[in-house]
Amino acid sequence: MKHSHRWFLLGLVPFVVMIVLFQLAPILSMLTGSISQGNGSGFTLDYYSRIIHSEFYLKAIKNSLLISIFSSVIGIVAGLICAYSITRFSPKMRDRLLMLSNMTSNFAGVPLAFAYIILLGSNGVFTLLFKQWGWSVFADFNLYSWAGLVLVYVYFQVPLALLLLYPSFYGIREQWKEAASLLGASKWQFWRTIGLPILTPAVFGTLGILFANGMGAYATAYALVGGNYNLLAVRIGSLVAGDVVNEPQLGNALAVILALSTLLAVYLNHKMTQRSKMLQSGFTSKNTRSLRIFPKLKSSAVKEEL
Amino acid sequence: MENHRKKAGWGHRSLMLLLMVYLLLPLLATFIYAFAKEWQATILPQSWTLAWFKEMLQDVRYTEALWTSLYLCIISVALSLAVMLPAVFIITVYLPRLERFMKGIVVLPYAVPGVVAAVGLIRAYSSGPIPIAGTAYILIGAYFIIILPYMYQGIRNSLLTVSAVELVHSAEMLGAGRWQAFVTVIVPNIWPGIITSTLLSFSVLFGEFVLTNMLVGGHIQTIQIYLYQRVNESGHLASAIAISYFLFILVLSMILMKLGKKVNKGISG
Repeated sequence: MKHSHRWFLLGLVPFVVMIVLFQLAPILSMLTGSISQGNGSGFTLDYYSRIIHSEFYLKAIKNSLLISIFSSVIGIVAGLICAYSITRFSPKMRDRLLMLSNMTSNFAGVPLAFAYIILLGSNGVFTLLFKQWGWSVFADFNLYSWAGLVLVYVYFQVPLALLLLYPSFYGIREQWKEAASLLGASKWQFWRTIGLPILTPAVFGTLGILFANGMGAYATAYALVGGNYNLLAVRIGSLVAGDVVNEPQLGNALAVILALSTLLAVYLNHKMTQRSKMLQSGFTSKNTRSLRIFPKLKSSAVKEEL
Repeated sequence: MENHRKKAGWGHRSLMLLLMVYLLLPLLATFIYAFAKEWQATILPQSWTLAWFKEMLQDVRYTEALWTSLYLCIISVALSLAVMLPAVFIITVYLPRLERFMKGIVVLPYAVPGVVAAVGLIRAYSSGPIPIAGTAYILIGAYFIIILPYMYQGIRNSLLTVSAVELVHSAEMLGAGRWQAFVTVIVPNIWPGIITSTLLSFSVLFGEFVLTNMLVGGHIQTIQIYLYQRVNESGHLASAIAISYFLFILVLSMILMKLGKKVNKGISG
C-alpha cells in the first residue's frame, strides 16, 4: 500500500518549507550572526566577550534573571495556594473561576501595562487616593521602577501558574488523606510528607515555564518603562530594531544568551512533565473529562506573554 | 468531615474573592476610565461620557488598524490551516515515527521568545536572496510560527479523538483513495476541533505586539501598535480601544469555551 502512493508525501512540502524559512533559518542566522564579524565573514567571539566585559549588559542580564526568578517564585506560591483552593469548589464554580483566570491571562502586554498606569502610575487613581488619604507607606512606590515591574510581572504569572498547577492537585486522592489521618497524621504532616512531594515535579515544571515567560516578556516592560529600565529583552529590542540601529550583531549575541536561558527552562519543564506523568500513571482516569478541557485552557495560557 | 463536602469553606471563598479582585481590578479600571469624563482622587469618576468611544470610532486610523489586524490574522490562520491540515494528517496517520520530531519542532515557538525570533527573522531577511524584512510577508511567516503549537495540538487531538487511523483504513478498504478519505471522511469529522484551534489562534494573533512592533512597526499598524501609540496621547481614548479589544477577545473565548464543552459532550455522550 505504502510504496504505490508516494505522492501523498507532497502534502508535507509546504509545511517543511514554512518551518525551514521562518523557524530554522532565523535561528541559524541569529547564531551565525553572533559569531561572525561585522562585514559578514570571518569567525569571532568578540561580541560575547564584549558582553561579558560590559557592566551595562551584565546588569541587564542580572536584572532580567532577578525579575524572572522573583516574579515566578511569587507567582508559583500564589498559584499553588489558589490552585488548591480552586479544587475545593464545585465543578461548576471551578469552571467559572478557571475561565476568569484564563481570560485575564489574555490580558497582557500593552493593555496590561496601560491598566497599571491608570491604577498606579504617577497620576493613577490609587496614587492620588493614597496621597489624599495620607497613606505615606505608598508614597515611595514608583510603578516605573523595579518594584512596579515586579508587581506587573506577578500579575501575568499568577493566572498562568494557577492554570498549569491545578490539574496536578487532582492527582492527590481524598482516600490518601483519609488513610493518613486514620494513621494519625496531622494535616500539615500529610502535606509535608505526601502531598508536596507529589506536587514537586509539577511545581518545578511550572516554574520553568514561568521563568521563560518572565525572561522573554518584552511588551509589558516596553510599554511600561520604554528603554529606561535595563532588561535583557528590552536591550535586544533597541539594539536590533530601535530608532537608532547601531549594533545588530551585539543584539544577536544577547538574543542567543536569552534563548539559551529560556530553552533551558523549557527543557526543565519537559523533564519534570515526564516525571510527573510517571508518578501519575498509576492513577485512575476519573478526571479525564476535566483534563480534556484543560489542554485548551493551558495552551492559550502558555503562550508567550505578548 | 469537610473532605466529602463539595461546598467550599469561607476561607477558600474569601481567598478566591481576593484573587478575582486582584485579577479583575486592572480590567475594571480600564473599563471605568474609558467611560469617565474626569477621574481624579475619587473612587469612582465624578462624571461619565461616551465621548472617548465616539472619538475612537471617528478616528480613521482606528478602523484602518482594525482592518489590518483582521486581514493579517485571517490570512495567517487560513495559510496555517491549509498547510497544517494535510501535514498533521499525513504524519499522524501514515508517518507516526515522525511524531517525536514534530513535538520538538512544535515546542520551539514556546521556548524561543518573541524578541529572539524577531532578531533572527530580521537578520535572515533584511538582505540576501529573500529581502522581505519590513513587509507583510515576513509578518505572516512569523505569525505562522506563533500559532504552530496551537494548530498542531488542535488538529492532532481531533484526529486522535475520532480515531482517524481506523477511519482511513476503513475508507480505503471500501475503495476510497487517500485524498478522498481525507476530504470526505476525516475533515468533516474533525471540523469542530479545527474551529476551536482556529479561534484560539486568531485571538492569540490579535493580541500580538512584540513581533509586529519589531518586524514591521513603522510600516504596518495593527490594533496593538495603534493602541501603543495612543497610550501616550490620550489615556481615555486608549482605554476605550483597550476595552473594545478586550470585549472582542472575551466574545471569542466564550465561543471557545462553549465549543470546547460541546466537543467534549459529543465525545463522551
